[in-house]
Amino acid sequence: MSEFINIALPKGRLGKEVYKAFEAAGYGCNDVLSPDTRKLIFENEENGMRYFWVKPSDVAIYVERGAADIGICGKDILLEYSPDVYELYDLGLGKCRLAVAAKKGFRDRKDYTLRVATKFPSVAMDFYSKKGRDIDIIKLNGSIELAPILNLSDVIVDIVETGTTLKENDLEAIETIVPVSARLIANKAAFTFKKEKINEVINGIKNINGK
Amino acid sequence: MEINDGILKTEEKIYLKLRELYRRYGYGCFKMSKFEEYDLYGQNKSFLVSDRVITFTDTNGKLMALKPDVTLSIVKNADLTGGVQRLYYNENVYRVSENVHRYKEIMQAGLECLGDLDFYNICETVCLAAKSLEVISKDSVLVLSHLGVLSSVLDRIPVGIRNVITEKIGEKNAHEIKAVCDTAGVNEKDARMLEIMCRHTGNRKETTAALRNLSDDVKVAEALDELEKVIGICEKNTGIKTEADFSITGDLNYYNGLVMNGFVKGIPTKVLSGGQYDKLMEKMGKKAKGFGFAVYLDLLERFGDEEESEGDVLLIYREGTSPEKIFESIDKLSKKGKRVVAVSEKSDIKGAAKQKREYLI
Repeated sequence: MSEFINIALPKGRLGKEVYKAFEAAGYGCNDVLSPDTRKLIFENEENGMRYFWVKPSDVAIYVERGAADIGICGKDILLEYSPDVYELYDLGLGKCRLAVAAKKGFRDRKDYTLRVATKFPSVAMDFYSKKGRDIDIIKLNGSIELAPILNLSDVIVDIVETGTTLKENDLEAIETIVPVSARLIANKAAFTFKKEKINEVINGIKNINGK
Repeated sequence: MEINDGILKTEEKIYLKLRELYRRYGYGCFKMSKFEEYDLYGQNKSFLVSDRVITFTDTNGKLMALKPDVTLSIVKNADLTGGVQRLYYNENVYRVSENVHRYKEIMQAGLECLGDLDFYNICETVCLAAKSLEVISKDSVLVLSHLGVLSSVLDRIPVGIRNVITEKIGEKNAHEIKAVCDTAGVNEKDARMLEIMCRHTGNRKETTAALRNLSDDVKVAEALDELEKVIGICEKNTGIKTEADFSITGDLNYYNGLVMNGFVKGIPTKVLSGGQYDKLMEKMGKKAKGFGFAVYLDLLERFGDEEESEGDVLLIYREGTSPEKIFESIDKLSKKGKRVVAVSEKSDIKGAAKQKREYLI
């Protein structure tokens, strides 16, 4: 095997699900899903695949900077950071949506600057600027749902999967910004040099996915 | 004193070789100031890689900018009275990096060919782009597209989705292009053309044949003819792999014709980009054509360079040794071609001493 394809997988449930699709397509590698290993990088010389797990929000950075040739990344991250990468395939996994949520019964007073708490300031800014709305962005790194409850913000912009967390905290989604799912992304230079192999892998995954 | 080219950094060596290459083809050096009036950039924001520019007010009250781009200045200042102007440059520009998303000083070299350009001039510029990549590494690829194909499709689809389609083409994002086309009611042939442009995987003849089959627009046929001819000529005249890739785009208000990107194995982003910008020339009131490219030398900083130690020999001198004696020892060693670092025996030399020979004087 002359060259490896380096793949950045997002840690967590989505990454495991995606890896299983790679494995089913014939691109598996020993120990990737083993709970006991402390290895960081997994290689299979026979099929030329090299996997590594990274924080989901870092996948796009690994790919954009060429440490990984391809990676699996949520559309939410791609919208927020606009990395200079190719977005080659929508895996249709990890489906959810980026939405605006607020306390139940929230009334949007247009004469006030809207306070928006979010992990996605660029997405929120872009969404409201298209509406011509003046907003005050409050960048948070977690527990976003707390913000409107404690009156830190009027609304939040966050990932909504089933809506259960919102419901349990007396919040509701009031507007969908964009549907989100996992995307296969590629480094532009790596794709130029390894496009045959990368396309072969994508076609394998497509066959498993049935599209 | 003779200069050993071993002391030059990779990007410096490459620039000197590029300079020699461009001079061989009759290009003259264009030297410019670091500053330019902001108006030039304010009026042509979408031509720039990033529309954010570092500005300051000069002592005469004029709003100035640290140059974020070279082409605009060359076009503005070029004397186009004498047929074809061939210019090369090596300048630092200041703009927001596509990767870091912060302002960076970027060293770039490149060339611009301006005037009444004919097909030879187009081929010459593309071949010089390929030869520039060859100077950096033989393991490089030059990818080309022709905006005539994209602009033909964009002319027929709703104005409101043209920008998003151009953006998605650049991402090779066929799945979202399909969704946008379905929603906007784009006709099947045009949607299929856009999909083929995204999914093109390197088989040029197959892709161009598919595009020709889908379009009866003469502009598309002409664009594909030119693209194929230029790629053929470039492949024959340079040692660099040249491919078509229809995902390369540019602002259609400025660029027309051929556009290109260059990649070098081992460097994660494009090291060369350029294209034909007749529309920019027209916008700036020049009755001429323009074609050029830039090579991003700053990306070559870590390319092919081995880690360099500070010296070959660590010269350790005892307390009280006279400076004359130390100079004399350094001279003796340096005449043998050694690089010498002189340190006192009282210095902490543990780390360095592992790698170098020591002389105690």
